[in-house]
Amino acid sequence: MDTSTPNIKIRARNLSFFYEGGHQALFENNLDIPERQVTAVIGPSGCGKSTHLRTYNRIYSLHRGQRAEGEVLLDGENILDPKTDLLALRRRVGMIFQKPTPFPMSVFDNVAYPLRLHFRLSRREIEERVEAALTGASLWDEVKDQLRRSGLALSGGQQQRLCIARAIAAEPEVLLMDEPTSAIDPVATLKIEDLVLRLRERFTIVIVTHNMQQAARISDRTAFFYKGRIVEVGDTKQIFTAPREKQTEDYITGRFG
Amino acid sequence: MKQRPSSLPAHGMPLRPLWGRKLQDWAVQGFSVLALTVAVGAMLWILCTIVARGSEALGWGFLTNPSKPYGLPDAGIANALLGTLLVTLCAALIAVPPALCAGIWLAEFGKRSRLADTLRFCANVMMGMPSVIVGLFVYMALVVPMGCFSGFAGSVALAILMFPVVMRTTEDMLAMVPDTLRESGLALGLTRCRVTLQIICRAARNGMVTGVLLSVARVSGETAPLLFTALFADAWPTRFFSGPTANVPVLITEYATNSPFEAMHRAGWGAALVIALLVLAVNLVARILFRERKA
Repeated sequence: MDTSTPNIKIRARNLSFFYEGGHQALFENNLDIPERQVTAVIGPSGCGKSTHLRTYNRIYSLHRGQRAEGEVLLDGENILDPKTDLLALRRRVGMIFQKPTPFPMSVFDNVAYPLRLHFRLSRREIEERVEAALTGASLWDEVKDQLRRSGLALSGGQQQRLCIARAIAAEPEVLLMDEPTSAIDPVATLKIEDLVLRLRERFTIVIVTHNMQQAARISDRTAFFYKGRIVEVGDTKQIFTAPREKQTEDYITGRFG
Repeated sequence: MKQRPSSLPAHGMPLRPLWGRKLQDWAVQGFSVLALTVAVGAMLWILCTIVARGSEALGWGFLTNPSKPYGLPDAGIANALLGTLLVTLCAALIAVPPALCAGIWLAEFGKRSRLADTLRFCANVMMGMPSVIVGLFVYMALVVPMGCFSGFAGSVALAILMFPVVMRTTEDMLAMVPDTLRESGLALGLTRCRVTLQIICRAARNGMVTGVLLSVARVSGETAPLLFTALFADAWPTRFFSGPTANVPVLITEYATNSPFEAMHRAGWGAALVIALLVLAVNLVARILFRERKA
């Protein structure tokens, strides 16, 4: 673990969030996401973890009536500004979802899709990069003989790693992971956790998780959310061994959930 | 030690008898089986009648010769088959592209807007409209101004019947695609349009094709709208845009109701068998496509 002060990639400042009808889900969140580290976001169901994450690439704007207030600064630039180019933003900030979402096309095309979309590459370069991305997602050895098969034919864990390959093929700077292992069996979960630990050398990772052991295993920093507010943020070790707040302690010791 | 009465179990609470629940279960199952028998039985009855009466007429000549007035030799239904094919195909060409677009718009863009609600309401009304009214409408709107019955007018009438069906099934199929697939497309930096056309429509493709096929199957047996538009002719459908065009449903109606001759009745049954088999085939194709999607 790097002990020198890392660069802060994303800063959330006074971030509030409202769903349709004015229901407020986030209250004045302030959070720093250090570059090339894994930041875990934990908290009980409905505490706003995913909602917070979903502002970082403004994916919430698909849905009517949802809006965010405050600032989310990506390298100092406020991405909540209406003038933000969403396509450019999402090229820099990739996302993995709870349920694997392979596109209805072959394994190869799933990964080649963002490559063809974002970069001008020869067929040969695309093939190389697809292999690199699948290798990076620890999936290459399992699928190298079935690249033409439908991505939907893979197992759940493989599908999720395919989605990770697809996301990293676009060479984003940040990877958002919204409970990426909650729909996946324990063995596949461990593979993805290993993968996250390797990916942190190349990407800034923010991972929302229900699983506190997972947060303890793979993250450098942890933020504890409760009822739309950030109760405590700190080094993962400190949060899990010496939490400052009573609520954090109650949560990580399982006294409420 | 105190002995419990043998009718009471260890926890001491008297048990409700089970026969009531068993009776209920038996009644529900019995009713379901009865309903199934009625539905399947009716279908089998119809099919058996058509096969029994229609197979007499069936033969190579019946399928390759055009229909002729009573008494002439070598009469068939080939012109009506070809006509039905043309009328239905043309109806699909008119109705399907805009209906697909409208369905996509409803599911992906319009969603809960007022315009979308209005469109859905209109489609529901149109789906419930008796087809004879659609036939009358096209008669007034197209046949009278053009001065002639035509296969094309028949196509327009069938297209009006197809449009709402295809639009709603398209919307339903797209609505079944989970939102996270849309989000993961957008999260990769795709535009809304690309996500819709290249990912969501692809995911729902088989369902959409199934909807189109089912609507084709449904309208290909429609009779009432064709009586006012395509009408019928004992000739090959060479004047699709400017003259009455032979088609199977009207042929069946004519032969069954307007003819006293046994030979015509038999030909009518034969035509009924042919159209039933065609509709069955289209339905089977649709089902197979839909099953592959789920696998």
